[in-house]
Amino acid sequence: MLEKILQGDRRYWIWVSFLLVVIGIGFACYVYQCYTGLGITGMSRETSWGLYIAQFTLMVGIAASGLMVVIPKLLHHYKKFIDLVMFGEFMAIAAVVMALLFVIIDVGQPMRLFNMVLHPTPHSMLFYDMIVLNGYLLINIIVGYNTMIADWKGVPPPRWIIPVAYLGVPWAVAIHTVTAFLYCGLPARHLWHSALMAPKFLAGAFCSGPALLMLILFMVEKVTGYAPTDDEGYQTLAKIVLYAAIIDLFFIFCEFFTAFYSNIPDEKAPLIYMFFGLHGYHRLMPLMRTSLFCGVLGIILLLVPSWRRNRVLLSIACFAIFMWMWLEKGFGLVIGGFIPDPFGRITQYTPTLPECAIVLGVWAIGALIITFLYKMGIAAKRDGQRM
Amino acid sequence: MGVSRREFLKLAGLTAALGLGTGTAFELLAPGQVEAGEYLRSENALKAKQWALVFDVKKCLEHGEDCRICIDACINEHNIPQFDNPLHEIKWIWKDLYRHAFTDMDNEYVNDFYKDKPFVLLCNHCGEPPCVRVCPTQATFKRPDGIVMQDLHRCIGCRFCMAACPYGSRNFNWLDPRPHIVHYNPKYPTRRRGVVEKCIFCNEKIDLGLRPVCVDACPVGAIIFGDLYDPNSPVRQVLRKRFSIRRKLELGTKPSMFYLI
Repeated sequence: MLEKILQGDRRYWIWVSFLLVVIGIGFACYVYQCYTGLGITGMSRETSWGLYIAQFTLMVGIAASGLMVVIPKLLHHYKKFIDLVMFGEFMAIAAVVMALLFVIIDVGQPMRLFNMVLHPTPHSMLFYDMIVLNGYLLINIIVGYNTMIADWKGVPPPRWIIPVAYLGVPWAVAIHTVTAFLYCGLPARHLWHSALMAPKFLAGAFCSGPALLMLILFMVEKVTGYAPTDDEGYQTLAKIVLYAAIIDLFFIFCEFFTAFYSNIPDEKAPLIYMFFGLHGYHRLMPLMRTSLFCGVLGIILLLVPSWRRNRVLLSIACFAIFMWMWLEKGFGLVIGGFIPDPFGRITQYTPTLPECAIVLGVWAIGALIITFLYKMGIAAKRDGQRM
Repeated sequence: MGVSRREFLKLAGLTAALGLGTGTAFELLAPGQVEAGEYLRSENALKAKQWALVFDVKKCLEHGEDCRICIDACINEHNIPQFDNPLHEIKWIWKDLYRHAFTDMDNEYVNDFYKDKPFVLLCNHCGEPPCVRVCPTQATFKRPDGIVMQDLHRCIGCRFCMAACPYGSRNFNWLDPRPHIVHYNPKYPTRRRGVVEKCIFCNEKIDLGLRPVCVDACPVGAIIFGDLYDPNSPVRQVLRKRFSIRRKLELGTKPSMFYLI
């Protein structure tokens, strides 16, 4: 199966080399960060987590969203998703690897990471995050790999992976819930201190993940001519995106109502900073407004059935929904939580160039993983000895 | 032939998993025998259930709003680096205005004596410290005498504690701190980049039977030091007599720093 990675046309090798170059630049910047310290980033005493941890949060969501293709197939035996599941799982694998990499690049002493295993600390949410993320990676590798091999050999997947696949369902919910608990359990940060964090994370994941999956699959179809499902399957996926996006928008409305109607200054301050600017500081404002605009645009495009059936408009809608989450969960939500700081002051955050290069490098690693896995997966589906 | 490559890999993986798993199980069932910081304690060590400081703000302000004696004493004692870039600042003990220190009591009609006046701030050595709760490696932990201590050799630099601290008392070494030490004190360890640090209540002094540096440095005796659980300690005596405030009590962190008004 692995030999399929090494067989490809010119376009394939140009794409792989491009990704390797981006990874190389990111890695060089990471080496620079290792030798100089995290001071090369835009993070500070006040905004002590930045783009890295925000992107980590986003990627956990993308990983959890594999659930949206697994549930219809596994629990409802929805035939259109039979071939889709493997691709959802492969995207989840890439997303978990990226999430783990985002944590590794963020810690100040990466060589000490195993201290988390040597000194297990059940009262720390990061302890559970380590368990659920690595467990989820394992589940997806086991299920995805065995499905692929079975496809290749033209036999049904082994029966023993069925319970593992079922275990993946609550596990996917767990990874994003625990990630939300990292934030909402902190007494110091009013923006995050909300019981809605976990439900909001899940809703955001279940719209942005399938949206990204569709974008990737449309691209795959363009390049290889292979489609794991037909238009009806994509329409189902689009409706899933739509429902989750509406729920997420509703949650945002709830957050605003609670903060502004209660009129508690501490609860309002971060929201004001993010969407309107506070005390003359509004660096996040354009991003947050764009994010909300993207969300509403995506929902409107998906809401009208004839627009949704148009492949171009559907792609725009998926891109808008993904950008909404990229800007909100992958940037604004984490940064906004630190502003204002515990002293009521504002220290703004801007990622630096090397910081962005490292993040791009991680994205390129994710893209490379997806490229390799999809290459093998499509080969198995197409050329396998299927009856 | 002995083992195939596949079997060898399986065996190696299993052994690694077992090794890590047993280590974890041991730590959970029989936690480490020696606590970090136990080696140094001498027989003269001061003992308490929860060390606390009381700041006589009136005395402090009357002596001079610009006085930095306690702050400089701490900086010189603990090799605290001085960064020019405010984003990378390391602060163990510092001053900030009333409205920033007490955001929860930001009373715009507070009397002129306290309005816009600096208060001395430091780690609150909380009774229920959120930083200890979130640390994934127990690199920051609560000593039996209430000091919120940290093991800088164990810290992985995840900065979860910085996100958790409601008092902004934690610092991360964004860059190598050593070139930024102004007066090097060879008796106290320096730190390296990539770890979190903060006030440690001069545990190295207390363990030798001495008082914290800031307490001894104050020229007017405005910082009172003692055990919060001892009804006869200097801290408790003064708290019985005078009105005191604490930062962000509503968060349930039980801060051990008191400010006399």
